[in-house]
Amino acid sequence: MLIRKPDPISPSEITSKDNYLNRRQFIRAGAIAGAGLSAPAALAAVIPDKPLAKLADIRKPSPFSTDEALTSYDDVTTYNNFYEFGTGKDDPHRNARDFEPRPWSIAVDGHAENTGTFHLEDFVKPHMLEERIYRMRCVEAWSMVIPWVGIPLADVLKALKPTSKAKFVAFETLHDPKRMPGQRRRVLDWPYREGLTMAEAMHPLTILAVGLYGEVLPNQNGAPLRLVVPWKYGFKGIKSIVRIRFVSRMPRTSWNMSAPHEYGFYANVNPEVDHPRWSQARERRIGSGLFAAKQPTLMFNGYAEEVASLYDGLDLRRNY
Amino acid sequence: MNTNARIRYVVKPLVFLLALLPAVFVLTDLFEITGRLGANPVEEILDRFGNWGLRFMMLALAVTPLRRVTGLAWIARFRRMMGLYAFFYVSLHFATWLVLDQGLYLPGIGEDIAKRPFITIGMLALVLLTAMALTSTAGMRRRLGRRWNQLHSSAYAVGILGVWHYWWQVKADILEPLIYAIILSILLGHRLWHRRTRASGATPRLRVDQGRQLTAGKR
Repeated sequence: MLIRKPDPISPSEITSKDNYLNRRQFIRAGAIAGAGLSAPAALAAVIPDKPLAKLADIRKPSPFSTDEALTSYDDVTTYNNFYEFGTGKDDPHRNARDFEPRPWSIAVDGHAENTGTFHLEDFVKPHMLEERIYRMRCVEAWSMVIPWVGIPLADVLKALKPTSKAKFVAFETLHDPKRMPGQRRRVLDWPYREGLTMAEAMHPLTILAVGLYGEVLPNQNGAPLRLVVPWKYGFKGIKSIVRIRFVSRMPRTSWNMSAPHEYGFYANVNPEVDHPRWSQARERRIGSGLFAAKQPTLMFNGYAEEVASLYDGLDLRRNY
Repeated sequence: MNTNARIRYVVKPLVFLLALLPAVFVLTDLFEITGRLGANPVEEILDRFGNWGLRFMMLALAVTPLRRVTGLAWIARFRRMMGLYAFFYVSLHFATWLVLDQGLYLPGIGEDIAKRPFITIGMLALVLLTAMALTSTAGMRRRLGRRWNQLHSSAYAVGILGVWHYWWQVKADILEPLIYAIILSILLGHRLWHRRTRASGATPRLRVDQGRQLTAGKR
């Protein structure tokens, strides 16, 4: 087969503009009314133990979801960067096969009231699962459209009660070369580290994903818990998170440590600021076929309306 | 059949067909007969052709050192074929970039060649390879005389540019370009060593193109 078509989306899944706006108002109203209340038990995020099991009680569609054609499950799960399992883009799906993401715990420390070590289940249970269909733009100039399932990071962080000293949130991936064979070579300075400003972390677009395509997150995509920040280059979406720190100063991040003149802390998708070695003006949509032209990359990956205000007054050319 | 005829009628055609296989596999993988090109077929094709271009360039550069070390003169008869295959795969690599990756989008192509040093380096290697391929016939060699040797000594430059081009475009994992760089250093190092020992007269003088003349005479 020469050209693989992405799975078609049924008309019922496409949100009309009216509905989209209504839902936004509804959610905003609901958010105000529901502030301070915990999610009903029936909607609690319960992640089945079995790999790739179906996730239940997913709230969808989301006003933040795109109605662009989805990238096929096959492409999403066989082509990505996850250096912990090898540097080739088909390495993760082959080398992560035997990875066991349970039991899993997350250490929370720094400037917050609720610090300590949490079991994954306890960590996500108080929140509602949502489907978010986001564009994913890799810094290597390819892109996908992925139906993530996750919880808003803001909900999680609020529950941890950061103090006023917390200006940034820092994340770390598991560092265990026995389980993550890619870490046996020092391609990057392990563990993988990422970070966001508090405002970025609290933004409603930012989620912690626990699944995709309605199923438990496959190992190669960052099981059991990963970050998704759709207006930033893919490498900001740190995978298999074991540590979250609230810090007062900008944390060090892995790709910035590896090549500071090529990868910045912000890493916002920006067609006007090229990578020193290649253009960021256009991108190849995975699954579009051998002869499809690249498409123009959008400012903030098409999420400018939602996030541009976060960077008012910031020189995006210098803060790449 | 004597050795000469065996090389000419059996070994050479066989090597020729073997060297064509990577290109055949791109086609058969494209139609999912032998394998798959994966989620990003354009990148996969680009990488495969580039890799094979580099491999054949290394093979072409390995011919003379191998001949000297083993003393087998017939090895020299594969130098041109290896060089032309390097040109073949690098051309396909370039065509893939031009047509499939850039979609013949001229502003993007011009900007990349001018602004991206690793692409500029690749282009330079391709220009040198093209000049060598065009002058690779026996007739051109005779006509150009000494200048042919000068032109074709740019094979060393092409080897260096090729490895550099590869090294410069990887993100963090330099293992593969490093392997090429080591092989290239051995091949070029052997030449320097050979030239020095010959200049000092430590070893009996061995004509560089002895093997070549041998086969040329029997053609």
